[in-house]
Amino acid sequence: MTTETSSSTSNDTSTDNDTHPVIKCDSVYKIFGEQTEGLMRKSNGNVDVEEFRDAGCIFGVNNASFEVHKGEMLIVMGLSGSGKSTLLRCISRLTDTTAGSIFIDGEDLLAMNSKELIQLRRNKMGMVFQSFALLPHKTVLENIAFPLQVKGTSTQDSMKRAMDMVELVDLTGRENYFPRELSGGQQQRVGIARSLAVEPDIWFLDEPFSALDPLIRKEMQDEFLRLQEMLNKTILFVTHDFDEALRLADRIAIMKDGIIEQIDTPANIVLHPATDYVAKFTNEVPREKVLTCKNVMEEIGSDSDLSELKVPHDAVIEAVAEAVLNDPKPVAVIDDNNNTIGILHRKSIIHILFGKDEEETVSTSQVTGA
Amino acid sequence: MNNLTRHPQLVQFAVLLAVFFLLCFAIGPSENNILWRLPAFLAAVPEMLSNSVEYMMFEWMPVQIYNVEIEDYEESALLMEATRSLSRSVLFCIEFIREILVGGQKTIVAFTSWDFVSENEWAFWPALPWTVVAGVGVTLGYALSGRWLAILVGIATTYIAVFGQWEPAMETLSFVLIAAPASVLLGVFLGVLAYKSRTTEAVLMPLLNVAQTMPHFSYLVPVTVFFGVGDHAGAIATVIFATPPMIRLTLLGLKGVSPEVLEAGLMNGCNKVQLMLKVLIPTARHDILVGVNQVIMQCLAMAVIASFIGAKGLGFNLLLALNQLRIGQALELGICIVLIAVVLDKLSLGWANKQIDYFADLSFVERHKYSLIMAAILVVGVVLASLGSLIFKDGINYFYLIPHNKGLTTELFWQSGVDWMVDNWYASLQAFNTGLIVNVLVPMKNAYLGMPVLATFVLVMGIGYIVGGLRSALVVGGLLLFIASTEWWDRALITAYMATFGVVVSVVIGTIAGSLCAQNKFATKGILLVCDTFQTFPSFIYLIPVIMLFGVTDTSVLIAVIIYATIPATRYTVEGLSNVPQSLQDAGSMSGVNRMQRWLQIELPMAFPHIVLGINQTVVFALFMVIIGAMIGTDDLGQLILKSLSDKHGIGNGLMLGLCVAFIGLTVDHLIVRWSSDRKKALGLL
Repeated sequence: MTTETSSSTSNDTSTDNDTHPVIKCDSVYKIFGEQTEGLMRKSNGNVDVEEFRDAGCIFGVNNASFEVHKGEMLIVMGLSGSGKSTLLRCISRLTDTTAGSIFIDGEDLLAMNSKELIQLRRNKMGMVFQSFALLPHKTVLENIAFPLQVKGTSTQDSMKRAMDMVELVDLTGRENYFPRELSGGQQQRVGIARSLAVEPDIWFLDEPFSALDPLIRKEMQDEFLRLQEMLNKTILFVTHDFDEALRLADRIAIMKDGIIEQIDTPANIVLHPATDYVAKFTNEVPREKVLTCKNVMEEIGSDSDLSELKVPHDAVIEAVAEAVLNDPKPVAVIDDNNNTIGILHRKSIIHILFGKDEEETVSTSQVTGA
Repeated sequence: MNNLTRHPQLVQFAVLLAVFFLLCFAIGPSENNILWRLPAFLAAVPEMLSNSVEYMMFEWMPVQIYNVEIEDYEESALLMEATRSLSRSVLFCIEFIREILVGGQKTIVAFTSWDFVSENEWAFWPALPWTVVAGVGVTLGYALSGRWLAILVGIATTYIAVFGQWEPAMETLSFVLIAAPASVLLGVFLGVLAYKSRTTEAVLMPLLNVAQTMPHFSYLVPVTVFFGVGDHAGAIATVIFATPPMIRLTLLGLKGVSPEVLEAGLMNGCNKVQLMLKVLIPTARHDILVGVNQVIMQCLAMAVIASFIGAKGLGFNLLLALNQLRIGQALELGICIVLIAVVLDKLSLGWANKQIDYFADLSFVERHKYSLIMAAILVVGVVLASLGSLIFKDGINYFYLIPHNKGLTTELFWQSGVDWMVDNWYASLQAFNTGLIVNVLVPMKNAYLGMPVLATFVLVMGIGYIVGGLRSALVVGGLLLFIASTEWWDRALITAYMATFGVVVSVVIGTIAGSLCAQNKFATKGILLVCDTFQTFPSFIYLIPVIMLFGVTDTSVLIAVIIYATIPATRYTVEGLSNVPQSLQDAGSMSGVNRMQRWLQIELPMAFPHIVLGINQTVVFALFMVIIGAMIGTDDLGQLILKSLSDKHGIGNGLMLGLCVAFIGLTVDHLIVRWSSDRKKALGLL
């Protein structure tokens, strides 16, 4: 199990927040079973996995430790029964955590009393659900205004704010519809708007697009990226769809049987799957869609015969492949300040696009860690 | 043989029947044989019950109470004072609403004294003219749900007024307007408690089972002991009877709320109260509204029964009409009750579905549109009423109130219809009546009474064992043991015989009618409407025509039972058949089934578990009607319950008899529900 907290790649969002993670999980366990409580008391808070297993307990979450930083999107990926939703519910404290500690903005979540918890949820957290979980008796507008009204915001203010959210998620004109009158995608837009109504810092999304048709799902993912660009929330996103995870994530945590198998950037997961289980997912992944120029560039060598063409370091290979392949000379990779930080050979691109032999791809295209 | 091994239950049943008949022949009737009849172990219990209740009521924990009239402290029992003050406040609420509607002095008296009222002639609260109440009702209907509800309210109020039933109708309304909200609130409250705590649920559930199978009459005795006689007692009895289904449906609805909605509520920062009031209850709205509908129906069904203990209104008049065998009058009153029920139901539904427009920029007039219209109606109505006193010279102001015997009536029509039937069909009706009694009913009754108690136990517990294993056998055995240990075993057998006959015929008629109607969408809708109407109709009404045709015999009771109990049998058949999955229907069509094959091989087997639940309801309805049949004169448990009503120390007897009836119902209920849920699981319908 890998629980690297600060990822090995240089992370553009983690310049000033290594000291202050927004979410911090430390050896979190969620154990189901009738005997859990008794065993827990006996073992004084220490978890002996074997002992619990023998007693017939099931591990929903097994020793999860990680941090999520401000503005970062961590996607928890796993198949059904892997414990990903349970982990999310531990962090939102919708279920009680059996052992371990969780800190939100440095505050001990598990030590909060119900009043503090309600305050935290009213002001800092928003959550989107797989089956939308809209209130069937309220209109779109009332649903979105609900968290505000619960907080005690005046009807006028909450309706005004809710109307802004309706515009944000592009549902103008449908604010007086009932959820049952909307399509799945529209319902989830309402769910998203509701979760954002209180301007939370932390945004939980529990398989938000899983119940939608493929085309709508793609559209909603784009919408989601647009919103995130605008709002820059700290996000914990749960999905069973590996492609979705690759497409959206800053970092991905892959879970199996309650254990986090690997937690890393999409590129690193594709290039260095930590376990066979992770490798199974990465085998089929189209690399050109995941890897960026920076991931595959080589160091600037002696040959300074570079092409006129320059590519940005964070562009995915798919986007630049054609241009690089059409250029006979190696292409320079530049960072945000227009400094050349490496070069890209046609050979590397061809390897990524067509190379079946992963080992070779990796060795020739020197993956950089900062 | 192959067939038998494949269906082990059939073999078990065959053996069981063989043993049963063997026992029937082996054990002869004899007073002292314990296998023939159990001795009445519980014979002393009713007496003890009565005594302990009376002790609690009149002697337990005496307190000093200041009596205004004799201006001194007097000793009174705590419980008595508690029930008295409850009675007083309920009565005050009922009187208050009643006097707004039909006028009176009691509310004024409550704040002053009788002396004050008799000294000051002006101290009389005038009734609202019926036109005002009708107009306000119509406006309310329009405001809540639009044109159609307004029309319905208009028709209902006009009907009631024109047929001269305004005053009793308003009396009934005032009592329903207290009892129904009280039942709904209490039901939701207890439902929420049961949802929150498993222990409460475990305690509440068996109580609800008994409460819902106890005949209405047996509630009346304890209520009169605790609360006396009058409108308040009627309202309290109604609340006791109408609350159980509300509790059940609230719990059902709350349990059905999806966990994600609950989590969404939590994540939006609801505290416990907000979560319950703003998330859970509104989301469970569908079931809760069904509960409200049930409560309103129960309240009006109780209108007649409550009149036994002094509730005024339509029910009381209906009872009078029944006693005088005036079918037309009773029918008109019955329609009034149905109309009130339907209007209240639709109004509450409209209120619950009301939508608010937040961004409408309205002026004062627009915002208070309906209140202003209602105020205008009040003014117009009052003016019209005072004009009316000038126009109508015969002392009756038709714009104010149409008195009891001055309205329209269709009585003559119905009366002559019945007369005609009696004149022309008398001979054949009598022949049918005697034939049925001599050839079917008497032998059946004797067969039931000829069962040794041991054989009954073996049969019922054996079925219990086959259907649900040892646990079911013990449950039904326990219920039966209770009845067998009272002194009323023979009476219980008679009740059982009438119920059985009623149920069998009802189920046959109901299943056939239901199956025929389910073939067609319009017929389906129509039959469900008919079922609703018949169910809301006060069940007493069914007694009148049958008495006229068949006299005071078991036949009359049984026909009334059949009419009433066919309703659930039909309803559940229709529901079961129309809920057969469409994919299955399509699969049938693609296999080329004809109508008969579709019905026999696809629809009926799939709908059967649901139909069986309908049979369960049929049993409850039949028992209920058999007990009411005591009004005509039967010799079963019902007659004893009716007797205990008029007995001052009847509370023990009344309760025990009620329990006996309830336990007959629960025995059948247990077996049927058990079988049906197993079967539904097997078919994947749950």
